[in-house]
Amino acid sequence: MTALIKLTDFSVSFSTPRGDLHAVRGVDLSINKGESVGIVGESGSGKTVLSRATMGLMPSTATCTGSVEFNGVDLSRLSRKDLRNYWGTGMAMVFQDPMTSLNPVRRIGSQITEGLIVRLGMSKEQARGRAIELLDRVRISDPFATMKKYPGELSGGMRQRIVIAIAIACTPELLFADEPTTALDVTVQAQVLELLAELRQEFNMTMLLVTHDLGVVAGQTDRVVVMYAGQIVEAATTKELFKNMKMPYTEALLKSIPRLDQQAGQRLKVITGRLPDPTKPEPGCAFAPRCLYATDKCRSEQPPLVTTQTGHQYRCFFPLGGAN
Amino acid sequence: MLRMKTLKLILIRLGQVALVLLGATFFVSILVRQLPGDIAYMINPTATAAERASLRHELGLDRNYFVSYWMWLSPILRGDFGFFIFGGKVLPVIKSAVPPTLQLIFYTQIVALAVAIPLGITSAYKQGTRFDRFISTTLFSLHSIPNFGIGLILSVLVGVKLGIVPPSGYGRISDGLLQHFKFMLLPVMTLAIAPISSYTRLLRSEMIATMREDFVTLAKSKGLSNVRILFRHVLRPSSITLMTSAALSMGGLIGGALVIEIIFVIPGMGTQLAKAIGAREFIALQSYVVIVATFYLLFNTIVDILITFVDPRTRNRHA
Repeated sequence: MTALIKLTDFSVSFSTPRGDLHAVRGVDLSINKGESVGIVGESGSGKTVLSRATMGLMPSTATCTGSVEFNGVDLSRLSRKDLRNYWGTGMAMVFQDPMTSLNPVRRIGSQITEGLIVRLGMSKEQARGRAIELLDRVRISDPFATMKKYPGELSGGMRQRIVIAIAIACTPELLFADEPTTALDVTVQAQVLELLAELRQEFNMTMLLVTHDLGVVAGQTDRVVVMYAGQIVEAATTKELFKNMKMPYTEALLKSIPRLDQQAGQRLKVITGRLPDPTKPEPGCAFAPRCLYATDKCRSEQPPLVTTQTGHQYRCFFPLGGAN
Repeated sequence: MLRMKTLKLILIRLGQVALVLLGATFFVSILVRQLPGDIAYMINPTATAAERASLRHELGLDRNYFVSYWMWLSPILRGDFGFFIFGGKVLPVIKSAVPPTLQLIFYTQIVALAVAIPLGITSAYKQGTRFDRFISTTLFSLHSIPNFGIGLILSVLVGVKLGIVPPSGYGRISDGLLQHFKFMLLPVMTLAIAPISSYTRLLRSEMIATMREDFVTLAKSKGLSNVRILFRHVLRPSSITLMTSAALSMGGLIGGALVIEIIFVIPGMGTQLAKAIGAREFIALQSYVVIVATFYLLFNTIVDILITFVDPRTRNRHA
């Protein structure tokens, strides 16, 4: 299988008054056509920056190094103008917060048709027809009326459906979904996830799902990449990861999902401590200060990313359940 | 449905305008009465005490504030703006003084927006570059010179030394459009500098803030060109503050026009207002205030209504 997108030694840093902030550090990641990959990590682990930077949607204060190949083309060498040709049609993104990601002063209709007219060269009527189809497809109950509405007149769940409709409008090959359900009610979350899964099948899209919720990943992805402090710390197929997790961090993440069968009054599990300061990288394993199993070796030496025979990758000297 | 809502909004706004007008003029009528000196004595210094008392009674000065206010207000409602204490009707003066002032303010506003909008957009887009810094420094320095200073400099340099346009005076539109604009050029330039500076900086900072919004990143991710994003997605949400500020600055412009009219010898409301204050023409003064306040409120109402068309978020607020 050929890789649709391939990141090699990809790093993103921001220059801040306190020094360079390394948000993403040396990521190697390859995603095949048709795959659905989840990127998991807590807030600040670099997962959103990774997805936005892969697409090239970074402010000028960010510096990206390494390469991003999309269908064999190195995007990092392209000019901004050439890169733009990939947006919408090649790659598109569903953003995190539907309350802020739609333009409040423009009608829903014009926000959907815009990409179709500008990028696919459709006529106004064609684009309108297609937009209504899309709205219907993302299960907006009254597409005709919704076309004329402003974002402020719609609920969060509906807005996120519209953001999804905009993202898939030009049938992108690769869809980034950046915490697509985080800002939504729990009841709506499931519907939106289901919708994304359906659309992925229907449009034959490759998906990169960014989330902090391992539960979401479990149902939606073929492969999971766990990030911590800007690095990949574990990567495996979803099945393998849940069956045989190697990283203490992944385990801690899983344990901190609140459970309904938990006894009332019991404290929620948390990962104690905080993420390391991204302007001052640790000498050893970045997770060592918070790890239950850390030794002196962990604190002084960087563990390498190990790949097992089954393709399971982890960054730990003392993996759970041993080296295999 | 939208039409009904808009109509209702406009009616509510007009009601508010009427209330504010009543309040403003009543307040001024009290203020004018606080001026030192006996108006009856000023009108007829040789009058006897009894004559003065009857004159004061005629003017309503011996009654309480409400009655004397009503004595002034009721003729205005019938279109009678009263008389000058030293002779003559007020209405003809208002009729001849309003057009020059309105022209001055409108031209200034148009010039200011026409210059500030492209400058603001370009500065925001080229944020932090030499162009941006040059524009903001220049505007800031110009803004810090008082407008009568700029007026005098322009009058001397362009009007007298270069002789391109008349250094002062006023030409009515009916006396020739070209002549009219030649007379207006310098006062409008003078008056426009402050709003150009503030509008440019306002639009620049608003646009820079809007460019950081998620919906702009989303627009970018659709693969749109920068120009399209700037005009279709950034400009409109950023222009609302500019519109409000432009409306509010109308009041400031009226004040500025007062000074500028005197420098450039334009027979407008500013000149008349200054005269009336100097001569303690309290009836005329109150009438002038009504005119100025009416225009001020009218501009604001128009802009408020315009904003509801630009920004759908404001539409349900008054309903």
